[in-house]
Amino acid sequence: MTKMLTQFIEQENCHTLDFYLKNGGYNQAKRAILEMSADEIIEIAKQSNLRGRGGAGFPAGMKWSFIPRDIDKPKYLISNADEGEPGTFKDRVLLSKNPHQMFDGMIIAAKAIDCHLAFVYIRGEFKKEAEILENAIAEAKEKNILGKRIFGSDFDFDIVVHRGAGAYICGEETALIESIEGKRGQPRIKPPFPAIEGYLQCPTVVNNVETFAALPPIFENGAQWFVDLGVENSAGTKLFSISGHVKNPGVFEVPMGTPLHDLIYNDEFCGGMKDDIPLKSVIPGGSSSPILTAKEIDGLTMDYDAIQKAGSMLGSGAVIVMNETTDMVQVCYNLARFYAHESCGQCTPCREGTAWLIKILKRFTSGGARQEDIELLLDITDNIGGLVDFSQGSFGKTICPFGEAVSWPVRALVEKFLPEFEKRVQEK
Amino acid sequence: MSFFTEENQKRAENIFSQYPDKRSCALPLLHLAQSQEGYLSNETIEKVAEMCEIEPSEMMDTASFYTMFFRKPMGKYRIQVCQTLSCSLAGADKVVDHFAKKLKIQPGETTKDGKFSLLKVECLGSCGTGPVVQLNDDYIEGKTIEELDRTIDDL
Repeated sequence: MTKMLTQFIEQENCHTLDFYLKNGGYNQAKRAILEMSADEIIEIAKQSNLRGRGGAGFPAGMKWSFIPRDIDKPKYLISNADEGEPGTFKDRVLLSKNPHQMFDGMIIAAKAIDCHLAFVYIRGEFKKEAEILENAIAEAKEKNILGKRIFGSDFDFDIVVHRGAGAYICGEETALIESIEGKRGQPRIKPPFPAIEGYLQCPTVVNNVETFAALPPIFENGAQWFVDLGVENSAGTKLFSISGHVKNPGVFEVPMGTPLHDLIYNDEFCGGMKDDIPLKSVIPGGSSSPILTAKEIDGLTMDYDAIQKAGSMLGSGAVIVMNETTDMVQVCYNLARFYAHESCGQCTPCREGTAWLIKILKRFTSGGARQEDIELLLDITDNIGGLVDFSQGSFGKTICPFGEAVSWPVRALVEKFLPEFEKRVQEK
Repeated sequence: MSFFTEENQKRAENIFSQYPDKRSCALPLLHLAQSQEGYLSNETIEKVAEMCEIEPSEMMDTASFYTMFFRKPMGKYRIQVCQTLSCSLAGADKVVDHFAKKLKIQPGETTKDGKFSLLKVECLGSCGTGPVVQLNDDYIEGKTIEELDRTIDDL
C-alpha cells in the first residue's frame, strides 16, 4: 500500500536532515525554487485536488491562488500545527518523525505565493516537538535549504516556530493569526479573508502540517498520481488518528476511500474492538463531527463524499471508537464541557449557549433532568449553531465555525441516542 | 537592570530578531518569562509589555486568555490530566480522583508544601495513548495508576 508521509517513521534518525536528504528530500523544493514559476506550482496543486488536511478540506491550490500578486506587502505562510481537535494526534507524528517533509512543502508553497517568512504555529504543550522543529530548521539553514538565497537562488526564506499557549480556538486560522500577533486568540470577522488581510494585515496562507507534507510527493510523482491514489473528490492518502475502544489505537496512513471497517478491525490497523466488546458508535472526523451509529458506519468509506452522505464529515481524520458499554449521555457532557471551556467568549450565542448546555447536561449526568430539558438542549444547539443541514451549508450565527462545532455533535448525540437521555429523565 | 537573566536576555533578543514586529513576540516572551519566574505576576506582565511596546493592559488581555500561562504560583510539579473524550474513555477520571485523594487536594489546587499542583486539562493531542498525563512539560502516556504512582513517588 502506497505511503507518502509515514513510510519511514519506524526507522532510526528518520527526523534528521541527513536521513531526509538520502531519501530524495528537498529535491522538489529545489526544483520549485530554481525551475518553476508560481503559476506552474499552483496549477499542479490544483490538478492534484489536494484538500486541506486540517478539517475544512478546502483545496490548497485554490487557497494560494487568492493571494494578490500586484501589491507591495510581504506575504506570509503559516503551518497550522495546533492539533487541537479532540481525537486528532496525527500531526504530532509528522512533526516529530518527519519535520523536513513539512518544510519541503512549505518552501514549494512559499515560491507559489512569493513568501519569505513563514511560521509553524505549534500547540504550546508540544514543547519537545517544537524543539525538534527548531533543530531541524538549524540543520536546514546550515545546508542553505532555509535562510538567505536558498539553493543558491535569489530567494530568501525563513521559518519561525511559534508556540501557542493552550487554546483550542487558535486552530481556527484567523484566531491563530491573532495569536501570532500577540493577542487573544479570537477569530476575526470575514471577509477580509487571510489571503487579503492576514498576519499584520498582509496576505497570508494557513495550511495544515499534513497538507504541506503532502506536497513533495505530489511534485515528485505528479498530480495525476496523487489523484489516482484516492477516490473521486478525495485525492491521495490521509492520516487517520484512531482512538477509543480499539485494540491498537494509533495513526494510520491509508488511501482516501478506505473502508472504516478495515481500519477498525484489520490487524494491520487497529486489530478490532478492545476486549471484543461490540461497537456502538464512531465519531468519524474529530469531536466536531456528528457521531455515527454502528448501523450508519456499515459499509462506510473514509472520504469526503461518503462521510458527508452519511451525515457527518471527514474533518481532521480523527476517529473515536466507542463500544456498547459507553454512556452516551456522559460522552455528550464530556464534549459539551470541552467546548464550554474552549469558547473564546467573543460571540454571545456560543459563550452563553455552551455554558447552558453543560448546566443542563449536568442534570442528565447527576440527576434532576426534566422531560423538557431534551427539547431545551436541541433548542440551544439551534441557537448556537443553526440547524444541521449539510446540503444547505447553514452556517452563520457566530463569527467562526466553533458554533457549529459544538452544536452538531451535541444535537447528533441527543437525537441518535434519545432513549439514553429519556432514561435519565425517568430515573430522577 | 534587565528583567531577564543574562542567558534569557539573549534568548529574548533572538526572539525579537525573528519577528517583523514587537507585539508578535508576546507569546514567546511570556513563555520565557514564565519559565524564569514560575508564573506571570502583574509585574512580570508589565515588564514584558514594556519590551513589546504595548500597554500593560493589552499584555494582561493576552496573558489571561491562554490556559498555559499561570497567574499564580504553581507547585514544583504540575500533574496535568487530560479529561477530554478519548482519555476519558481510557479512564482519565479515575486518574484525577486518585491523585486528588493521594495528594489531598482538589483539581486546581497545590499541596501545602508547594510540591504538587493537580490540574484537569482539555485535549493534549495524544488521544491514542490515553490516559495522558503531562508532568510539567513531559507527556506520560498510556500508564496505569500504579505506574503513574511510581513516577510521582520518585520525585
